[in-house]
Amino acid sequence: MTEASMSKTDMSISDFLTRRRRRGRFGWTDGLTYAYLLLGLVVMFAPVLWVVISSLKTPANLAEFPPTLLPYSSETVVVEGFDQPLALFDVVGEDGETRRLAQIRRVGIQAQMIDPADPEAGRVLVPVETATPVRRVYLAFENYTNLLASSGNDLWRYVFNSLFITVVATLITLVMNSMAAFALSKYRFRGSNVALVSILATLMIPATVVLVPTYMIVAQLGLVGNLWGVILPTVATPTGVFLLRQYMLTIPDELVEAARMDHASEWRIFWKIILPLSSPALAVVAIFSILSRWNDFLLPLVVLTRRESYTLQLALASFQTEYGIRYEILLAMTTLTALPLACAFIFLQRYITTGIASTGIK
Amino acid sequence: MSAGTQFAAAAGAAVALPARIVEPFMYGLQRLLGIKRMPWVFLVPNLTAVVLFALLPVFINIFYSVSGSDRLYPWDRPVVGGANYATLFDCDNFLDPSTCSRDLFWRALGNTLVFVPVQVTAMIVIALLTAICLNRDIRGRGFFRGIFFFPVMLSPVVVALTWQWILQRNGALNGLISSAGLTPVNWLVFPNTAFFWSVFVTVWAHMGFYTIILLAGLQSIPRDVYEAAKMDSATPWRAFTRITLPLLKPVLLVVFILAVIRSVQTFDELYVLTGGGPGSATMLMVQYIYEVGFAAQPRNFGLAAAASLLLGVALLIFTAIQMRISRGGKDD
Repeated sequence: MTEASMSKTDMSISDFLTRRRRRGRFGWTDGLTYAYLLLGLVVMFAPVLWVVISSLKTPANLAEFPPTLLPYSSETVVVEGFDQPLALFDVVGEDGETRRLAQIRRVGIQAQMIDPADPEAGRVLVPVETATPVRRVYLAFENYTNLLASSGNDLWRYVFNSLFITVVATLITLVMNSMAAFALSKYRFRGSNVALVSILATLMIPATVVLVPTYMIVAQLGLVGNLWGVILPTVATPTGVFLLRQYMLTIPDELVEAARMDHASEWRIFWKIILPLSSPALAVVAIFSILSRWNDFLLPLVVLTRRESYTLQLALASFQTEYGIRYEILLAMTTLTALPLACAFIFLQRYITTGIASTGIK
Repeated sequence: MSAGTQFAAAAGAAVALPARIVEPFMYGLQRLLGIKRMPWVFLVPNLTAVVLFALLPVFINIFYSVSGSDRLYPWDRPVVGGANYATLFDCDNFLDPSTCSRDLFWRALGNTLVFVPVQVTAMIVIALLTAICLNRDIRGRGFFRGIFFFPVMLSPVVVALTWQWILQRNGALNGLISSAGLTPVNWLVFPNTAFFWSVFVTVWAHMGFYTIILLAGLQSIPRDVYEAAKMDSATPWRAFTRITLPLLKPVLLVVFILAVIRSVQTFDELYVLTGGGPGSATMLMVQYIYEVGFAAQPRNFGLAAAASLLLGVALLIFTAIQMRISRGGKDD
């Protein structure tokens, strides 16, 4: 009797734990699914989290191997008679007692220490292996302020360049693509197919394949080292035209005809009627344009040859060699570069994923 | 949803003023040309950009590849015929890159020919597996989808620096390894491990993109097909091979073509992660084009154009074959 009721409660607990939204029991395939997803969580997310944590470590903490999980900083103490603050250590004496001493210097496997509470007692020699540093968790936000200080106004220059390219290129893309899409969706005219095909054919031409001539045309326009040299080659995205045209085809032609009856000009029909109605598609095109312009690398690398025209991405890549030893600065810069898009992603995830799913295009 | 609409509204406001300024000009054009020619007015800006930065470059590229010298402008360049191609193909033994006058080209080609199949296979298998897991009736679906997708948003430079930080000699991975009692490895210094991590990092960065496409494909398969299979007590594996794969075939084909085209063009991540090294172990075609045409002095635009033209033709042939095969499959 009791046994039966026990097993009944057991059942209900396991039922509760494995309860799912729809009918069906928790099978082995579900177990595998969750195991895979949790593994994915670690592999996908841990590296980025690690960079953020590392960017908050002090240079001494970064130099440690194996690395510590959390950012630590050594406790220091100012002792009379010494200019620099001294690092604190917990030292286990021969009698097994632990004393807290400040290290003056290390000599081989021995360390010269002094008792901060009683500096008159003099220096003591302590074997290194008996001393462990006194540490506490410490977030070294000074890495970020140092980054701003050491790069001076350059960093803002890079941020401005990246923002300028992203915003201007996206606005031009939106206007040009939607104008073309309007023409290709709301008019019947000779040559419309030729125009559509020649725009879409550029999908087949990878940007890297035409790198040399693109550079030549940019140079011919006098735009090498100029932000416009990166903006202009990227604005005529075939995918933008395609997406907007497909969307505009769903807007009834009667709206256009009714506006013509009211003597609205073609341009007015375009920007007062069609453009506002296409805002969902415009948002998708805008997001993709922002993403790819902000992250762009090869074209800026080739075109933006002067230091003051560098984008954030170029500066970050060049920091890698320049600040090769100053990892804390590089990590702070990496985090800062990734931050704007990480924030945008939280708000726009659904837009981005539906955009990709519906077009298969980035 | 609202964030997107707000954004669109903001963008709309930014366009409104210039649009008003342009209006009299456009109205003038309409009076001048008539409504019938207005679509061309709307098309001109976009078509100009397309011709200038996409169609024209293709033809200029062909000219570059048959002309020599380090001069940038085509009219300064003497025509040398097939000399650039001859230089690229100047080999005593095609199986041994060190016998070629441009051995880096052949090494980059060889690396690309290994990298692309391995990376694309890994990419599609992992993306498909992830999409299947995300398509199941699980808790936290949106959360997990976001987790697998977010690296797509990261810039290639950030991706490369992140992994470089983990893979470096005193990095987190070696920390884990040494605390497990094993010997740390200098991952990016040995050709084979560097190559493995090149594949791994690029898959890590881009698989979310393909996962989303495959997930959309999976969601379009009606659930009752699976219910019916369950009635007939089909095993999950059988349901996968007999229902999921055949119905997913068109989407898989799109993913495959996109993945190959992108894989062949891999540059940014590896340029920062390994710089093509150690030696030339992870140098792919696009990096070779960049090195020859832009990084090296004197710049050899002709050779870079010839190499990129070969790359473009290879991609075109690949896509055509794929399309033919898929069309053939439909007829059956």
